[in-house]
Amino acid sequence: AALKDGLRSQVSAALKEGRVTPTELCQRCLALIKTTKFLNAYITVAEQIALKQAEESEERYKRGQPLGILDGIPIAVKDNFNTTGIETTCASNMLKGYISPYNATVVQKLLDQGAVLLGKTNLDEFAMGSGSTDGVFGPVRNPWSYSKQYKEKSVPKSHSEDEESNWVITGGSSGGSAAAVSSFTCFAALGSDTGGSTRNPAAHCGVVGLKPTYGLISRHGLIPLVNSMDVPGILTRCVDDAAVLLGSLAGHDPKDSTTIQDDFKPFELPNLTDVSKLSIGIPKEYHTPGLSSEILALWSKAADLFKNAGAKVVEVSLPHTRYSIVCYHVLCTAEVASNMARFDGLEYGHRSDMKDSTESMYAATRREGFNGVVRGRILSGNYFLLKQNYEKYFVKAQKVRRLIANDFVKVFRSGVDILLTPTTLSDAAPYTEFIQEDNRTRSAQDDILTQAANMAGLPAINVPTALSERGLPVGLQFIGRSFQEKQLLTVAKWFEKQVQFPVIQLEEVKRHDSDVFQHQKSASFS
Amino acid sequence: AARGCGGIWRQARQRGAGWPGPGPGPFPRRQRAVAYNARGGAVPAGKSGLAPWVPVVGLEIHAQISSNSKLFSGSQVQFAAPPNSLVSFFDASLPGTLPVLNRRCVEAAVMTGLALNCSINKKSLFDRKHYFYADLPAGYQITQQRVPIAVNGSLSYSLCIDKKMSQMVTKTVRIKQIQLEQDSGKSLHDDTRSQTLVDLNRAGVGLMEVVMEPDMCCGEEAAAAVRELQLILQTLGSSQAVMAEGQLRVDANVSVHLPGEPYGVRTEVKNINSIRFLAKAVDYEIQRQIEELENGGTILNETRAFDSKLGCTVPMRDKEGKQDYRFMPEPNLPPLILYDAKSLPANMNHQQVINIDWIHERLPDLPSVKREKLVEQYGILPEHSFTLLNEDGLAEFFESVVKQTQMKPKKVIGWILNDLLSYLKQHSLTVKESPVSSFLLADLLNLLEKKEISSTAAKQVLAELWKGEGKTPLEIVKEQKLELLQDQKELEQICQAVIDGQENE
Repeated sequence: AALKDGLRSQVSAALKEGRVTPTELCQRCLALIKTTKFLNAYITVAEQIALKQAEESEERYKRGQPLGILDGIPIAVKDNFNTTGIETTCASNMLKGYISPYNATVVQKLLDQGAVLLGKTNLDEFAMGSGSTDGVFGPVRNPWSYSKQYKEKSVPKSHSEDEESNWVITGGSSGGSAAAVSSFTCFAALGSDTGGSTRNPAAHCGVVGLKPTYGLISRHGLIPLVNSMDVPGILTRCVDDAAVLLGSLAGHDPKDSTTIQDDFKPFELPNLTDVSKLSIGIPKEYHTPGLSSEILALWSKAADLFKNAGAKVVEVSLPHTRYSIVCYHVLCTAEVASNMARFDGLEYGHRSDMKDSTESMYAATRREGFNGVVRGRILSGNYFLLKQNYEKYFVKAQKVRRLIANDFVKVFRSGVDILLTPTTLSDAAPYTEFIQEDNRTRSAQDDILTQAANMAGLPAINVPTALSERGLPVGLQFIGRSFQEKQLLTVAKWFEKQVQFPVIQLEEVKRHDSDVFQHQKSASFS
Repeated sequence: AARGCGGIWRQARQRGAGWPGPGPGPFPRRQRAVAYNARGGAVPAGKSGLAPWVPVVGLEIHAQISSNSKLFSGSQVQFAAPPNSLVSFFDASLPGTLPVLNRRCVEAAVMTGLALNCSINKKSLFDRKHYFYADLPAGYQITQQRVPIAVNGSLSYSLCIDKKMSQMVTKTVRIKQIQLEQDSGKSLHDDTRSQTLVDLNRAGVGLMEVVMEPDMCCGEEAAAAVRELQLILQTLGSSQAVMAEGQLRVDANVSVHLPGEPYGVRTEVKNINSIRFLAKAVDYEIQRQIEELENGGTILNETRAFDSKLGCTVPMRDKEGKQDYRFMPEPNLPPLILYDAKSLPANMNHQQVINIDWIHERLPDLPSVKREKLVEQYGILPEHSFTLLNEDGLAEFFESVVKQTQMKPKKVIGWILNDLLSYLKQHSLTVKESPVSSFLLADLLNLLEKKEISSTAAKQVLAELWKGEGKTPLEIVKEQKLELLQDQKELEQICQAVIDGQENE
């Protein structure tokens, strides 16, 4: 079995047949994590715990009683999900060293199904960012920066510039998880998605990133950014794997009152052969000024692909989407201000030595614990929530949010099944370029194509589509109807099959997986 | 103490804000020299006689919900448990935890709302109210600011309008709303070590905040209204409502104005630990405001604390001036939806829905109904029915005695109120702790009713019964030879013997 194989068809079978053991898989992943340490994808690697879990899994396989497809599968979890026994830091000084006494529901579900938790992945502090560059543990590096594909195509501008300054960002805020999946150090990873934090890095790292419908997966144990928009995200190498993960995570949680009561039935994705009954909507507002011509071309090519296969492709309008960013800014910062109020240094987390008064201790704790991005959002959020501003900003933003959501309802009611849009404006920017602009500007630009799905609570997925001229991944986004993940993923799988996105060619992976690593055809449809 | 407090205190004492001992209930003696009467009309201020001030009193009452677990978490609710022994991850606001609404608390609020004639909102919402305080771990309290669970109710209460407590009037205060919210923890300040110790046992316990409109005009009315509310809550079982244990907390909003003028600037009086102190605090505050205004001063919109030792209100140090609570909808809780028989969906799991009509049908008799029934059924005086209900278990005791005796209820009530109740008060006992059971008292009253003993002898027997030595009234009567002689011949013989004795001398 190769590290890059799909779960259901290959890895699970190999484990069952004993061609590979959970311990071997785990050790390979741990070794790869070490050789790719420079990516800074992981904040904490839980080597001993992972090996113990792998051992237990191995016992189950020996007894012929594995817990399911995920038994023995190495996974990684974004460091804003609570995990017992492993630090949960949110990449912040505020929670450095914090060990939660409980597991997030999604983590518990994975463990209950035998998955092996390798460690916690890097992110922007408290998931506030779109680059995975603003965490206290430093930026995450995109594995594609070190791929053969990128190295071949991106000739350094001048010889004085070494490889070091050429590396590109992962996108964010779940950049660690995306990098971990992309570099084969785990088979799947959990991210979180509030404005695009799973789909954006998935696009930049060439992996599948699924943001399920709000309310389908429990948020209990996910340290919140914006409660009314946060969803645990799923990062995998193929759409089938995303369906496996979704099946293992979805469903009502008594600990999260916003999860739906209806039973969720896990599903396997059919191989779609006929798309002629499908209606694909192309929202014209996603053709924004900042969209790179390369991605625009790819997008219309994808639309043609559906059209040529017999699907109905229609232009649709989501007129209020253009207000999404400013609306998101108000709602996000307001909830951030509220959610961050608990970090006062009393019950847990960082506490300043300042002892003049309770108030000065609070102030110093929060100044030392939070970075400038978090503090800035707290400040503006509290401003929007002031009595004299509440109606003008918060209430208005809520109304606009409703309009944005209604746009989608109308489009879907008109008969459109799935929307097809770009995920990002361009391929991943080099770090040195990315940090020229501040976090706020960056987030506003980068979330532009993904945010509206969070506003409306809709399921959306990034499917890696092709490599850019620079040899970097580019993805497209499919947005589906509420709770229609099966339809969304089925279409995504069909598309995935058509585009044949190339496998990343990494020296590090080659060394570890040389026996089966074969030169796959890089035949992309672009 | 604040400036001028001593002087005003002397006046307040002269006004005799006393508590009428073991009398029937919480109604303080009528106070002189205050500018109101029991009908709420303005009367000339006694002291100066210059201006007829109208006092206005509104109340905000926090009643702790009687439930096994907290409003949004599974932690137990218990008074005086070891510090921080009843704290769930949610109560300590650990990151990533979410609130899960406790059904029992919602039912308690619905019951209370119905008992207070409120309309129950079929859809209510939760909000976050933000402020930094050591015993508020999340930095916000979850409450119902925009759409509370119950609105527009009323509470009728009665109070005596003369000193002898024989004439009662019934008044009504409007209930603005009842909202569900979380209690905070407790901060204990250790000034010598300049430390603050935090106990989170109480953090997250369910509260009902009952907001009363400013329809009252004196301490006596406020006290009577709260006492009635307390009885209702205890009858419903929605709160134990023991003020001493903090299960019922009352803040009073007080202002005074001249007739025909808009309401005056109000102050909020906090830190009131008993109904008795409530009456005192309100009356003190009214008097203070009148004096302040008559002396050319102004009233500040401030929070004042009642000092029960000094009997006056003093300004509280404001928590960093004006607070902006930055209210925001609680995003982790969907709207609270309640159903009635009409709107109840057919295929809904009954564990997941709350049916207002179902709760309505099962409401117990409220104190006012119980009193009416007592008056009607037993022919006792209305004020006696108040006394019966004011003591926990006393009405039941009375009814039990009535059932077991041939004595008329009108006579029984005298024994209950004059003998039993005063004995219990003297010895600080509850009805349940009474050494004389309803059975024994009935036994005794039967002896009296059958004229086997005199009423003086009955008192003697009762005095013996208090000792709780397990003797029956009849045994005591026999032991102490207290029987009335009813045999004609025997009586004649005794009389003859007495006469003979006289003649012999």
